[in-house]
Amino acid sequence: MIVALRRMFAIVRKELYQLRRDKLTFGFIVGMPILQLMLFGYAINLDVRNLNAALFDQAQTANSRELAAEIGQSQIFNIRYRISSDAELDALLRAGKISAALIIPSDFERRLAQTGTPAVQLLIDGSDQAVQGAARQLVSLPVSQLLREHRTPDIAAQVALVNFFNPERRAAVNTVPGLIGVILTMTMVMFTAIALVREREHGNLEFLITTPLSPLELTIGKVVPYIGIGLLQTTLILLLGLLLFAVPVRGSIVDLYLAALLFIVASLALGIFISTLVQSQFQAMQLSFFAFLPQILLSGFMFPFAGMPKAAQWLAEIFPLTHFIRLIRGIMLRGAGPADLWIEFLALLVFAAIMLALAILRFHKRLD
Amino acid sequence: MSPATVSADVRDGDIVIATRGLTRRFGQNTAVDHIDLQVRRGEVYGFLGPNGCGKSTTIRLLCGLLLPSEGEIEVLGLSIPKQAEALKQRIGYMTQKFSLYDDLSVGENLDFVARIHGLSNSAIKHRLDELFALYHLDTLRDQLAGTLSGGQRQRLALAAAVLHKPELLFLDEPTSAVDPQSRRDFWDALFALAEQGTTLLVSTHYMDEAERCHRLAILERGKLVANGSPRELMNQLPGTVLLVECEKPRAAQQALAGVDVVLATAQIGASLRVLTKHNGDNVNAAAQAHQIRAALAAKGIDAAVNPGTPNLEDVFVMATGREARAQVPS
Repeated sequence: MIVALRRMFAIVRKELYQLRRDKLTFGFIVGMPILQLMLFGYAINLDVRNLNAALFDQAQTANSRELAAEIGQSQIFNIRYRISSDAELDALLRAGKISAALIIPSDFERRLAQTGTPAVQLLIDGSDQAVQGAARQLVSLPVSQLLREHRTPDIAAQVALVNFFNPERRAAVNTVPGLIGVILTMTMVMFTAIALVREREHGNLEFLITTPLSPLELTIGKVVPYIGIGLLQTTLILLLGLLLFAVPVRGSIVDLYLAALLFIVASLALGIFISTLVQSQFQAMQLSFFAFLPQILLSGFMFPFAGMPKAAQWLAEIFPLTHFIRLIRGIMLRGAGPADLWIEFLALLVFAAIMLALAILRFHKRLD
Repeated sequence: MSPATVSADVRDGDIVIATRGLTRRFGQNTAVDHIDLQVRRGEVYGFLGPNGCGKSTTIRLLCGLLLPSEGEIEVLGLSIPKQAEALKQRIGYMTQKFSLYDDLSVGENLDFVARIHGLSNSAIKHRLDELFALYHLDTLRDQLAGTLSGGQRQRLALAAAVLHKPELLFLDEPTSAVDPQSRRDFWDALFALAEQGTTLLVSTHYMDEAERCHRLAILERGKLVANGSPRELMNQLPGTVLLVECEKPRAAQQALAGVDVVLATAQIGASLRVLTKHNGDNVNAAAQAHQIRAALAAKGIDAAVNPGTPNLEDVFVMATGREARAQVPS
């Protein structure tokens, strides 16, 4: 047993020496969390703002001008063109210069007075999903509410929305915790699969299997450094999230690291399993990517889980990332603990156990 | 310990490797075909054969890295593959392809191998210093293995393979990418190991290396076609070497192409070296020389034909040529 531990430690040492010299991998481990955090935090903003729009005001009344000004201030649309003909409107839309146009008809005042008839028309470029979403946001605002003097109490909003946990509706608050899961999936699965296959591809394995080293010792020795790397990445994202986007940690930090550790182990187990299925580093990368894509799409990181078809939801329940996203959002944003989220912990544990069992079944200490 | 029938050979203490009917198939292809092998303690045993003849596969079978399709293997008194784990402590294996880590230094590589073998920290330091001196690696200690020359790499690989002082060392084409001087040095190192009692099994496709082995086996398409000491094999050559001296050796070579006793011809300088096979009662050199002279005279070539001394290449051509004919359906 002690001999086995010494052998495992020899592998860990060797991995660390190699990692220290592998500048590219090292850069990837530290650089990728930073890059992704910047991308998802700043660049990829799913809140649609400042869409280019045109205004076709046929009424030219005080009310119509006020309405246009109000809509301009909503920041959803940026009114860049004031037009006076249908032909102009058509040309702008076709050229992609505007995504929407607000048309205020000449009988605007009469329509306003009459409840039931739409007062204005919003013409949108329906080929863009994001624009449709934004338009829906605007349509939900009653025109009469925008115009203070015409406010009528009987058509006030029927549904009162109270935003808990993220009152400012900042995307980063939701994205950063999930990003920990995405980055861990990428590094843990792909890097372990590649690292394990590398020994075989470079011919090192042929030498190693003639030594007393067992495949289990080799595998454990090789993945242990990645647990440390995973925890390092988690810390890096948490700190940057806090500093740059003020993303809070409302739950216990111990629970958070426990969840991260469990997720790291589950992802490593998946990586180990993948390494037993492939022959080359390139295949390992392909298969890791194949495992990564559905996880990132279906886990609830990118799209709301509730909005997915039932079959996709069932599939997503298999993925460790789905459970980790629920865990990490629960702990960081809602202050939840293991008492609330025990089933997600259990799911990760079961996943890790199954993957490890499958991998061990496929281990050989021979070349064929 | 095991009731294998080969154990009778091993029990006399002299035989370290014994196989009977060893066979390994990969799908339709038979890589190793019923090989019977006996290697004695302390000898340098050679596997000679072209690429793809089954040398590497046989070595892997003997180490327990591959499972045999048929046959029995006993190595150091252990039944393989059943007792392969116990064997691993006692053998060293130098792979054909460099199998240490290019991105670790010479010292780090050997330190790693020592730890894998479970050496204590003080033992590691002592053994590594010994190996650095023995294989002239002192000055390369901190150099990355990936930046070493071919000869330096082979010395490092050998040091790693013998680090735990194995009784039996397998070397799979250890000198295929090494310059002649390094090859000679490498073989000196191998004989030094043999002198200390290590048994070595070396595969090669170089005749000069095979000639240095105590005993060797010639492999052809997975079959063992000849074995014995190089001297025995040359003396027992079932054929004759003749040296043909004439004006136009190329023309003579063409003239002999169709003669059925001629197994191979090779031009060496101005003369032609002809290997003939013995068939029927026609087994003496003089008679064969006469036959060659007659064949050349028939084509109008006047030549002096004298007997030459056989070398290992002749043995190899004879052994593998015989095998090639056996494959032709009659």
